[in-house]
Amino acid sequence: MLATSFHTPKPSSRTSPHLAGDLAIWIFILAELGAFAVFFGAYAFTRAKHVADFNTAQLALNRDAGALNTLLLLTASAFVVRAVQGAQMGSGIRDARWMLGAIACGMAFLIVKGGEYSAAFDAGISLSSSIFHMFYLSLTFFHFMHVILGLVILAVLWNGLRLGRYGVNNMNRLESGAAYWHMVDMVWLILFPLIYVIH
Amino acid sequence: MQYKSQAVAKPYFIAAIGLFIGQIVFGLVMGLQYVIGDFLFPMLPFNVARMVHTNLLIVWLLFGFMGAAYYMVPEESETELYSPKLALALFWIFLVAGAATVLGYLFVPYATLAEMTGNDLLATMGREFLEQPLPTKLGIVVVALAFLFNISMTMLKGRKTAISMVLLLGLWGLAIFFLFSFYNPHNLVKDKYYWWWVVHLWVEGVWELILGALLAFVLIKVTGVDREVIEKWLYVIITLTLVTGIIGTGHHYYWIGAPEYWQWWGSIFSALEPIPFFAMTVFAFNMVNRRRREHPNKAAVLWALGTGVMAFLGAGVWGFLHTLAPVNYYTHGSQITAAHGHMAFYGAYVMVVLTLISYAMPILRGRAANSNKAQVVEMWSFWLMTIAMVFITLFLTAAGILQVWLQRVSDTPMGFMATQDQVALFYWMREWAGVAFFIGLILYVISFFIKGESKAIA
Repeated sequence: MLATSFHTPKPSSRTSPHLAGDLAIWIFILAELGAFAVFFGAYAFTRAKHVADFNTAQLALNRDAGALNTLLLLTASAFVVRAVQGAQMGSGIRDARWMLGAIACGMAFLIVKGGEYSAAFDAGISLSSSIFHMFYLSLTFFHFMHVILGLVILAVLWNGLRLGRYGVNNMNRLESGAAYWHMVDMVWLILFPLIYVIH
Repeated sequence: MQYKSQAVAKPYFIAAIGLFIGQIVFGLVMGLQYVIGDFLFPMLPFNVARMVHTNLLIVWLLFGFMGAAYYMVPEESETELYSPKLALALFWIFLVAGAATVLGYLFVPYATLAEMTGNDLLATMGREFLEQPLPTKLGIVVVALAFLFNISMTMLKGRKTAISMVLLLGLWGLAIFFLFSFYNPHNLVKDKYYWWWVVHLWVEGVWELILGALLAFVLIKVTGVDREVIEKWLYVIITLTLVTGIIGTGHHYYWIGAPEYWQWWGSIFSALEPIPFFAMTVFAFNMVNRRRREHPNKAAVLWALGTGVMAFLGAGVWGFLHTLAPVNYYTHGSQITAAHGHMAFYGAYVMVVLTLISYAMPILRGRAANSNKAQVVEMWSFWLMTIAMVFITLFLTAAGILQVWLQRVSDTPMGFMATQDQVALFYWMREWAGVAFFIGLILYVISFFIKGESKAIA
């Protein structure tokens, strides 16, 4: 299985409980999750009031594209983990390619989502066309922007890995950036079933 | 004082406090006009007093920001100011232009003022907070650009720190967003967009960057906590500020004729605007708790902590109170807005400028901190002004709730003026709280003149 092929970090390398990444990034991640939580909450309450309208509009979404994108983000996250573990084991320069793979998956996500947007706009869907579409476009676009920001961060990390900047004693930036990416992935794991699947 | 040219901050601070006094006097006059409608009429109509009250606030805060920048940037950049002479010249230009504008408001009818100052060439007047005649607006741009040139050149030749970069970003944003005030389209919806892009993007955007930078600077100085720790907090705070604040502009679009989705976008993002303010509170207390030294200027530390708390309450909590579209549908433009406006401006911007003045002024006068006696009086003024502002806010909130109920919710809604009569008791209490605030302000000024053994330069 995928998980068993990952390197296991040496347990002796850290003795005390350790927070991966900087405390500041975690505060930032919490704020981001707060923003998405408010949005999801608003969606849920509004949906409860317009169940039939939401169901019809939801069925028109391209669930295959959504599923493909879920796979892409999960794969990207797995690749990020390999890159981080590589740096931890002292092979960051070699394992930078995993980060590049993650970036490729993220880009593919943007292309798939872009295709969905283009189809939606061709069908005349806009922020004002219905309350469901307002939520669909707002939530997915807000997430889309996070993927872009996440990719910028991954690109910086990839560059750092290539130059051998990260190692067992210098993991703070790498782990902080990776944590941010995992947040972007995790939000999608809620967003996808919530908007595409559950009806 | 580490650099001689920091001294140019002093006249800016003195002017700021002078104009602050003026602002409060006009506030008291208006507070009385709320309950005694013809007080000072026709010499000083309510609309003119209001214009002077709000314009003086903005101008004195700008003096405060500029003074703060002139004090901070040389120290952060570890070099003398690019041109102290330019800074002093700008001070006099800004002061004279500001005074002339206020005198214009007071002694010339507004419509005549508009005719006299070329408003028919480019109509920019008549909008709340942006009432300034065209020459004043142009003057503000010239002064702001020359000021930014001076500050930017200083930074370019010296050390670049995160704090000074954030400050500079805020100050440039302040100048750039003011340019929207020159465009005044006939279409009212468009007009409101451009107006909010000055007003909102100032106080819920770039001014918060200035606030964060000033607070971070003073906290480094009085706590001795590592710069890296403080800068990290600053980065988190400004990112949260920009993400929530920029899209949060949407909470002004609910009823101006913008598309309906803004009710969602505006509600959700502006509901998150308290987060950066809360981070600022945690930041201030955390840094003071982790302090590595006991700074002799206890008053400055008190102001810094007070800013953290009051900015969160006034801007964060009281803003959240009426920011959700379904709530704002009822509370829009009521005394709830006035309550929020008072505590937010005081808690965030007034207090941060006073924090910096409190920290820098003794140093500009050749000592690390004022005498114990002077600091005790200053701390009394802190508590008097702050508690008075809490009461002003509470009374206005009570007036607002009653107003919304009587005028907009009840089965038999009352007219605007009839409602005003019903809430008069709260207006009277607000006025007395205002008097207490004024006494606090006088004490604050007195604290500058109290002698006694002062602490030597640290």
